[in-house]
Amino acid sequence: MLQISRSSPVYDVVIIGSGAGGGTVTKVLADLGISVALLEAGPQLNPAKDFKEHQWPYQVPHRGAGDGGAGYFGKSPWPFGYFAATNGNWQLEGEPYTVAPGSKFQWFRSRIVGGRTNHYGRISLRFADYDFTPYTRDGIGTDWPVSYDDIAPYYDKAEQFIGVTGSKEGIRSAPDGVFQPCPPPRVHEVLVQRACKKLNIPCIPSRLAVLTQDTNGRPACHYCAQCGRGCVSASNYSSSQVQVFPAMKTGRVTLITNAMARELIADATGKVTAVSYIEKATRTEKQLKCRSVVIACGACESARLLLNSKSNGHPNGLGNSSGMVGRNLTDSVGYSLSAHIPALEGLPRHNSDGMGGMHVYVPWWLWDSKNKDFPRGYHIEIGGGFGMPQIGTFRNACRRHEGYGQDLKDYIRNDYGTYVGLAGRGEQIPNESTFCEIDPEVVDQYGIPVLRFHFKWTEAELKQAQHMHDTFKAILETMGGKITNPRPAPVEGEGISIGGEIIHELGTIRMGSDPSMSVLNKYCQSHEVKNLFVADAAPFVSNPDKNPTLTITAMAWRTAEFLAEEMRKGNV
Amino acid sequence: MSDVSRRDVLRGIALSMIAGGGFSLEAAQVVHGIAAAEKAASSYKPKALTAHEFRTLQKLADYIIPADDRSPGAVEAGAAEFIDLLAGQMERLYSANFLTAKPDQQIAMLDLIAYRKNESRPLGPGIRFFDWARRMVVDAYYTSPIGIKEVGYMGNTSVAKFEVPQDAIDYAVKRSPA
Repeated sequence: MLQISRSSPVYDVVIIGSGAGGGTVTKVLADLGISVALLEAGPQLNPAKDFKEHQWPYQVPHRGAGDGGAGYFGKSPWPFGYFAATNGNWQLEGEPYTVAPGSKFQWFRSRIVGGRTNHYGRISLRFADYDFTPYTRDGIGTDWPVSYDDIAPYYDKAEQFIGVTGSKEGIRSAPDGVFQPCPPPRVHEVLVQRACKKLNIPCIPSRLAVLTQDTNGRPACHYCAQCGRGCVSASNYSSSQVQVFPAMKTGRVTLITNAMARELIADATGKVTAVSYIEKATRTEKQLKCRSVVIACGACESARLLLNSKSNGHPNGLGNSSGMVGRNLTDSVGYSLSAHIPALEGLPRHNSDGMGGMHVYVPWWLWDSKNKDFPRGYHIEIGGGFGMPQIGTFRNACRRHEGYGQDLKDYIRNDYGTYVGLAGRGEQIPNESTFCEIDPEVVDQYGIPVLRFHFKWTEAELKQAQHMHDTFKAILETMGGKITNPRPAPVEGEGISIGGEIIHELGTIRMGSDPSMSVLNKYCQSHEVKNLFVADAAPFVSNPDKNPTLTITAMAWRTAEFLAEEMRKGNV
Repeated sequence: MSDVSRRDVLRGIALSMIAGGGFSLEAAQVVHGIAAAEKAASSYKPKALTAHEFRTLQKLADYIIPADDRSPGAVEAGAAEFIDLLAGQMERLYSANFLTAKPDQQIAMLDLIAYRKNESRPLGPGIRFFDWARRMVVDAYYTSPIGIKEVGYMGNTSVAKFEVPQDAIDYAVKRSPA
């Protein structure tokens, strides 16, 4: 099937993956005058054509229910609905992964320029100082080889460049950054804030990668609440629109789309000399010669690439003599609860769209508490308001009310916008039973061996989810709410998210000071292969209760600057 | 039944329609035979329709909204049972069918099938079918310009500054215990 052609030029840097990490490295290197080739497994993105921003359901086929009403039968082709800006899914045709017996895991892959940043939630939270020293702090897990102070300047750069809302709060678990003003809380968010105040829980303005001031030629948000559909005006952050496209204008970026990386080729001295990839259109294998490579395919895909890059010098996969590639996989702990809030019935109608996400959130508030039965913590995300009616919006209202006619119509009108949902995102601690490896028996349509996942929540995560449940219930009931989705106790393993479901998988190529226990050094450079760098969330040593994207961006920025300096010195 | 025989029957029906003769006797017999052969393992016994009418109705429903690799079709959704039930109830109660029944008769029927609490062997298919019908009608209605206006959604527009009306905040805060 495959014919290998080796006629390409030698690139200074080949970057694999165009999401938050790859996009950032591309932008930083191009700005520093370095020419790069950027490989993306999916197609080019055309925001004007691909994004469904501002469309009404009645303007699209079947109101967005899918062909033959597929959405009615749980067979929607769109994991986050018709309108979402994804070119990805939990399963990709011809590109399987496997899950070991006894484990549950799902893996979201978005093959397109910009990857998952085209649709992600834009939540942008700095890790706290203590998040970098988990072992020192509570004796569990492993310390990072970098401190908050090492990363802080890059948080500053990232926030200034991509634009993040927020306010100075002085809360240790949620370090302040370089913020643009956050829009005011919506009505239901005011009620959540008042309930939190009563319960002595902080509820502060959101930190979202959404512009509220014109920045670097990108206009401020127009408050349509549709960040998840992709933003044609690039008023929120996506690596495609904010980094890759502008970087291409420098003339220093060669973008190669529909190119599925297969293997990194190393020479006898242990350096990467080329990237082997499948050109999907022709199903031929090609090679890009390079002086250095930055992999940023997403934590699991990056681990897969290294594990599949075997040679005599690297029998366990490239740079993997520690055996740590694929280990230490974690996702965020997810749990949610929602309630009907009678105080919101009959609320005077107004436009409550705002940014595409909450305007206030709850940072972790018990970081110095001894009075809890689980390690680490979580933050709380808040949903509610008058959303655009879509297929399924009133399904639960119909189930609750039943009947027909004027009564049903009145009920729906009164019920609309009266729900508040709380979602927790917490820290999972790496465990021995949670990792990914190459499945010895399965290959994808290109013949590339696939990943097999092992995943297990431990008592630490189950107890944390139980704490989320108790807290959410307290907040919602303080608001006068009636819980609408009661669930069995999370501590029994019910209601907690499935591994991978929160799409914060990371840790699979971790950094560290000890080469026998880690793959990368403190600049995300391979201990063994000096011209190999990793710029997604795979290097993360722990998975704190903060969404990883902002830290991916900051770390990638730092890695790119380090790489450029090493190139200047002739070390790479 | 094989695809070939299904295609043959369809072609036969089409040809006889084109010829202006309606169903040929032969085609009708084949359809009848297929319906009998494909009769679902379901133990449902039609109440108002004859067995033949019911199977024909099932067959028609299968042609109108077939099952495919994405989703079950109208047969699985109980369309034939629903229609049989409507016909049966109407006939039994009022000697009429749903469309020509008087409004109070139609409402009496709906009051039976619009609530899960009336679940019973004879009403079950009707209740489940009505649940689907209500869901789809509600979805269609509230995703239309008329429905969006009815429920009062005022967004999906560009605004220079996001503000929350003070009267809305006051309204909710006054009604809230916290």
